[in-house]
Amino acid sequence: MAEAASKQRKRPALRFLSPNEWRGLALISPALGYAVLMLAAPLLLVFLLSMWTQNYLDLDTTLTFANYREAITDPLYRLLMIRSIIISGIVTVVTVILAYPVAYFVAFYGGPRKSMWLLLITIPFWTSYLIRIFLWKVILGYNGVVNSSLLGLGLIEEPLTIILYNANAVVITLAHAWAPFAILPIYVALSRIDTSLLEAARDLGDGPVRRFFRVTLPLSMSGVVAATLIVFIPTVGDYVTPRLLGGTNGLMIANMIQIQFGKANNAPLGSALAVSAMVIVASISIAYVLLNRRFLKSRG
Amino acid sequence: MPSDTTSRDTLISIRNVEKHFGKVTALNGVSVDIREGEFFSLLGPSGCGKTTLLRMISGFEMPSAGDIHIGGEDMSEVPPNLRPTNMVFQSYAIFPHLTVAENVGYGLKKQRLAKAELAARVDEALALVDLDGYGTREPHALSGGQRQRVALARALIMKPKVLLLDEPLSALDKKLREAMQSELRHLQRTVGITFVLVTHDQEEALTMSDRIAVMFDGRISQLDTPEGIYKKPADQRVASFIGVMNFLPAQVTSASDRTLGIDVAALGKLSCPQDDRFAKGDKLKVGIRPEMLTIVYDGEKAEKNSVPAKVADIAYYGDMTYYDVVFGDGSHSASVSMRNTAGRPILPIGAMTRIRWGPESIVLLED
Ligand SMILES: Nc1ncnc2c1ncn2[C@@H]1O[C@H](COP(=O)(O)OP(=O)(O)OP(=O)(O)O)[C@@H](O)[C@H]1O
Ligand SMILES: [Mg+2]
Repeated sequence: MAEAASKQRKRPALRFLSPNEWRGLALISPALGYAVLMLAAPLLLVFLLSMWTQNYLDLDTTLTFANYREAITDPLYRLLMIRSIIISGIVTVVTVILAYPVAYFVAFYGGPRKSMWLLLITIPFWTSYLIRIFLWKVILGYNGVVNSSLLGLGLIEEPLTIILYNANAVVITLAHAWAPFAILPIYVALSRIDTSLLEAARDLGDGPVRRFFRVTLPLSMSGVVAATLIVFIPTVGDYVTPRLLGGTNGLMIANMIQIQFGKANNAPLGSALAVSAMVIVASISIAYVLLNRRFLKSRG
Repeated sequence: MPSDTTSRDTLISIRNVEKHFGKVTALNGVSVDIREGEFFSLLGPSGCGKTTLLRMISGFEMPSAGDIHIGGEDMSEVPPNLRPTNMVFQSYAIFPHLTVAENVGYGLKKQRLAKAELAARVDEALALVDLDGYGTREPHALSGGQRQRVALARALIMKPKVLLLDEPLSALDKKLREAMQSELRHLQRTVGITFVLVTHDQEEALTMSDRIAVMFDGRISQLDTPEGIYKKPADQRVASFIGVMNFLPAQVTSASDRTLGIDVAALGKLSCPQDDRFAKGDKLKVGIRPEMLTIVYDGEKAEKNSVPAKVADIAYYGDMTYYDVVFGDGSHSASVSMRNTAGRPILPIGAMTRIRWGPESIVLLED
């Protein structure tokens, strides 16, 4: 005991971290360095850029909030921002509602083949996202799979136009693309539920439906919250899907940011739009997490 | 002392129940009647099917064959939530997202009681298990013993006809377990509900139960009061599972209408009341409890039923001393327990002494 204590005291002042802490730091440092370089630095640059002004080919580097004023007040930008949030919100709700039963099935009825089911769920990732979008185009298009089937069956007289080059197409495609990301956290939360809790609910008089709403759902809310954020945050800023499938009514804020950086040659305004979008998404996410915080506390 | 429940009506009737999990046979023809208001224990080694039987009474498992009636009603179509049973799970299964009061009131929610009445019932249930004032606590802020009480209160508040307990005390340390044993027994008498307890701890079963079913390999080997099981075990497995038992080989030398003459290794010839299981010439085992063997001290009169023996080992327990003694020619040994009262010095290893036994305390067991 005394020996250990004296060793502690003799530790050089410079070595403020224990060997274990050093080891931990060494382990995370590549990822940390990468994150700083690839995320924090560009982000800072975007912040800075958003407060500068574009004068044709020159950048005026005096700091100003004028870009933000424009980003927030211009009706077009406002429309795109609201539309992005609505589309992404619908995508999130649809995805999570569709993902939940799948996760439920795998967690409770997957039997010994759980890992096979999880593997099957990831199959969409085996092809590139772009290829999948083009496939959806084939499926949803004017002469696409859906329309020719419905025509062939005599269910419709003319090809449906409401499923391509508008917001519907964006929702369908994004919901499909993000479903696996929603399934996995819900699956994890569900499979952590102790089955004796489910039996206890049954034992205390709950039928399957009441039990679901009183025990299963509350105990899997941590997974639902994670799934919601995982889908919502990236889809608000999705750029490729609305660009290729959204038509003009399906364009979202990311497309406008791209236009500002490209054709419109106004990177500062694009940056201001990007930062505004980020702040709005972050606020919504934080509010959502706070609303659900009672489900998220760690349990002993 | 166990209360007298022999005159009460049958509440749970289990008839020829079997359960097969694929190739595994968990229960192999179990029939038993559990009476109204009794403290009934299912006792047996790990894997003998106790939990499976309990889960069938609660409805979480369905019998592969046979049937179960509770209160005269056939349970084969009744799901767990509609049965008049409640369960205290081995892991307690306290809902982690609810407070103690919400846990306890969980099953009453459906009855749509007025807020004040619900609160009153919950308080009453918490008081019953000595948890007054714990209602607002979160489950993770409870000790193991407290969780157990919450689980009890949550089940008892439902006023079930039967309370099922699956090894409820096994997660507690020894002191707490002993305290909870007498508390559970007391609670059962207060509420008057039938308790069915699963345990693999024979001491627990003996001290708490009105009746015990001892199970081996998916069958009930013996169903009796604790005293009956201890004093008259039905076979060698039951005898060695409950307490400590000395076994000595023996043979029937004569069988008449009223008595059975047997020759017991080391102890010699003795005569017992007639027993249908045995005929002349049969080999059998004689069982005798350590406390039924006594060391004869110098100065005490050497009586008829005593034989010479040598002390081979000693274990001192304060109030008791356990001796391992070897009889006469050294081929048979037994364990003897003696209360350490005044005038009974502890014998050293190697000491020569005499062991006395009473013929009435001997059990005959089939070989
Ligand atoms: N769901 C199941 N699937 C397959 N086999 C099972 C299942 N449940 C129980 N068994 C088997 O049935 C037998 C009896 O199990 P049970 O759980 O009833 O034993 P137990 O007496 O409660 O034992 P323990 O004291 O260890 O809890 C065991 O061999 C067990 O492996
Ligand atoms: Mg068990």
